Amino acid sequence: MTTLDTTPPPEAAGGGITVADLRIGLTARPDVDVVDDIDLVLRPGEVVGLVGESGSGKTTVGTSLLGYTRAGAMIERGKVLFEDSDVLALPWQQVRRLRGEEIAYVPQDPASALNPSIRIGRQIVELMELRGLGTAESRLQGARDGLAEVGLPNDDEFLRRYAHQLSGGQVQRVALAMAFLPKPKVLVLDEPTTGLDVTTQGMVLQTMGELCRSHGVAALYVTHDLAVVANIADRVAVMYAGQVAEIGDRDTIFAHPSHPYTRALLDSIPHLRQARALSGIPGRTPAPGSRPGGCRFHDRCAFAVEACAEQEPELRERGPGHEVRCLRAGEIGDWDISLGTVPDADPQRAREVILDIADLGVSYGRTQVVFDVGFDVARAEVVALVGESGSGKTTISRCVGGLHKEWTGTIGFEGRPLGHGSRKRSAADRKRIQYIFQNPYLSLNPRLTVEQIVKRPMELFGIASGTEATDRVAELLEQVALGPAVMRYQTNRLSGGERQRVAIARALAAEPDLLVCDEITSALDVSVQGSIVALLDELRRTRGISMLFVTHNLALVRSIAARVQILSAGRVVESGPVADVMDNPREDYTQRLLANSPRID
Amino acid sequence: MTSAQGLGGAEQIELPERADAPGAVAPPRGRFGALAWALWLARRLGLAVLTLWLVSILVFVATAALGDPVRAILGRDYAANQARVDQLNGLLNADQPLVQRYLNWLGGLLTGDLGTSLTGLRPVSELIGSSVVNTLGLVLVSAVVMIPVSFGVAMLSANYRRRRPDTVIQTILLGLAGLPEFVVGILLVALLSTSVFHLLPAVTISSPTGHPWDQPRAMVLPVLTLVLAVSPYVARIVRATLLEVLDSDYVELARLKGIPEGVVMRKHALLNAIVPGIQVIALQLAYLAGGIVVVESVFNYPGIGKQLVDAVNAHDVPLVQALSMIIAAVYVVVNLVADLLSILFTPRARTAISS
Repeated sequence: MTTLDTTPPPEAAGGGITVADLRIGLTARPDVDVVDDIDLVLRPGEVVGLVGESGSGKTTVGTSLLGYTRAGAMIERGKVLFEDSDVLALPWQQVRRLRGEEIAYVPQDPASALNPSIRIGRQIVELMELRGLGTAESRLQGARDGLAEVGLPNDDEFLRRYAHQLSGGQVQRVALAMAFLPKPKVLVLDEPTTGLDVTTQGMVLQTMGELCRSHGVAALYVTHDLAVVANIADRVAVMYAGQVAEIGDRDTIFAHPSHPYTRALLDSIPHLRQARALSGIPGRTPAPGSRPGGCRFHDRCAFAVEACAEQEPELRERGPGHEVRCLRAGEIGDWDISLGTVPDADPQRAREVILDIADLGVSYGRTQVVFDVGFDVARAEVVALVGESGSGKTTISRCVGGLHKEWTGTIGFEGRPLGHGSRKRSAADRKRIQYIFQNPYLSLNPRLTVEQIVKRPMELFGIASGTEATDRVAELLEQVALGPAVMRYQTNRLSGGERQRVAIARALAAEPDLLVCDEITSALDVSVQGSIVALLDELRRTRGISMLFVTHNLALVRSIAARVQILSAGRVVESGPVADVMDNPREDYTQRLLANSPRID
Repeated sequence: MTSAQGLGGAEQIELPERADAPGAVAPPRGRFGALAWALWLARRLGLAVLTLWLVSILVFVATAALGDPVRAILGRDYAANQARVDQLNGLLNADQPLVQRYLNWLGGLLTGDLGTSLTGLRPVSELIGSSVVNTLGLVLVSAVVMIPVSFGVAMLSANYRRRRPDTVIQTILLGLAGLPEFVVGILLVALLSTSVFHLLPAVTISSPTGHPWDQPRAMVLPVLTLVLAVSPYVARIVRATLLEVLDSDYVELARLKGIPEGVVMRKHALLNAIVPGIQVIALQLAYLAGGIVVVESVFNYPGIGKQLVDAVNAHDVPLVQALSMIIAAVYVVVNLVADLLSILFTPRARTAISS
């Protein structure tokens, strides 16, 4: 999408922003660091990607550029140098002046970051109004120009809308326009495209890149997904457990990743060109206070030797502008992008159809949203439903799962038609089709223990009870790689990936033949996504479970699914074996989806 | 997915992409929006009338139809004083069938004829006119003081969350909430008008024609008592909501945008924390309108609470019925207003009605 032909000017001209020797600790436990030893340089017109899993401290570093930490954390040491002054040493009145005007922030999840009670037109100009910058007319004109720049309507009607009257992509671009309006010199973007579909994400990323380059803004792009920054960043810094593990030019990082953690992150990314056996990173990012001694990554590292546990590695130069924090950086050989590549699912495989959908039409009230959809799913096969937001993919899956009942046509399960809505289905049908929701933070009852959650379907369908059920819960938790130790926990003690495993174990407890997976990895880190997908694939192979897999991530489809249905505006526009559709897309729509998908291959 | 509202379920909340339709609803304008509002209001008013009608049945059945009211009123005199029995029977139309009596009463209510008091033999409307006004006046003045006070306290408290000023405020509020109104009233009387200082009159002495606020000094203690009795609830609810809002992403963004803390609190936080406050204020106001008997007794304030107690003691059925209906009407109206305000303060709900 972008190129490096506009080489960013060297650290001259006093522009950009520099983080030096930053350490942020917990207020309650001063010896524990949230992030430590952070050195970063952002040059004008340059986008730097800051990548890491949840809990790596990347957002903490991002907001520290604005002299801000969340409650419970405090900046202990270090400098943030901006235009000859240290942001962290300035009095708060001056820091507040810098915020917004000079250093702007674009939030994660803009849907919750725009004030629901203030019209967007007012929110956009609010800061300038408070600071008395420009006149009312010039501010309004600025807001209109800004909205036009990000490709949004800018008439009065649009300015009078509230955040809930915009779509996700529109809200995100409003946030971008709002950040750009006071013409800041530095921009911090905190996962601004999480949850957007690929087309919208592509548009937002492109807009952002263009604005940064044309206005000479230095941008820090915080994300958990290396594939996203592969398209827009000039340089990439990979963070792990509060430290920079590797930093370098984009091309260096993607061609010669030298830290085992960077490689592990890259390995968990699915490719568009070829199916891969995805793998996650074993274990989870340690929280501040429970990080191991020595190299912080050594307990999850495939290349660790004894010395790694004892010696804390320094960030060492590997090449020009390329630094790595690993004792064995030179010893572990080259990284191979095609590692873990597997053949695509065989399109010739004999299919025993288990789910058969024909002429499906779905309405919400008087609005029809799905038209004449027909496809089938065979035993032990994964069929992906792909499309933009609003294409009807989740709606279809909800009809199959019995969660929505206003539909016409037939949904056949092993040749028998399924009832509309789960109440009209037999217990056996309900047991055999299980639904897994997108967001494991919301889909598990926070008052129940993991054991109660997983046991419930067994009791409901009379599969097991009492100690037998408990034993089976332990068995299932073992299968989803959680282990019986979590049985007594409530879900708030688990991470997102662990919660999603509980949700999968709950679905498996009913001994289903068909799993309906509704975007089940989109709320999770890429590394966690890898391990969830690996788990699902194993379940498919060993138990012969079929899956209807709803997603907007085409690369993921290539690795998990055998067949794909591309949906647009409620209709199937293209379908077939995954390799066929993705290698030779016939429809413009499919081609556009492919073109917008972030990729590293 | 054109209808995210129709989806329900847990999985949609964190999904900006699904938070609304792809085209996103444009706010409708002009006649259509106004019509939608009118329909909504008409529906709510209809429901309010329905509620009041059901209440009227309950009130009538509870007061007039259970047992013989005349016997209850006269007690031992029932056997001895036949003339009085006949007079009361006439006043209550006790010889008519129940439904007929109810319909007559309801018709009277609707036309403004509240019947005749059994004790004073004067029209009920004449008897209660001034006390209704007195009570509403007291509630209104209390509300005008209470609302800004409780919001102010809540903002102060939220600003110092979990630090000492917050803890002190919360302890005081909890203490006040735990004290019955009359205790607060008596303590205030002891403090400000009898034992310690002699600043304010302890009781309201009003002429039958005038209103208590003709002597503003006499209003201070009743108002203060009510404010102290009610503000703790409101302040605690608003503080809790404010804390939640202050943790939200949009408040964080406002701070990161460089908005001064005062503006963050007033514009970004309070605006989104106001709705639970409105609801609890409405409940408290309605409670004050009907339930401040004790306070009115302590200060000898000529309001409906006191009158209601007197009427019940005297078995003055028409008076009890009229006062009960007035209190019910206040509840219904106050809650209707609160719902309307809540919707006006919640853009999502507001635009849902007009589209």
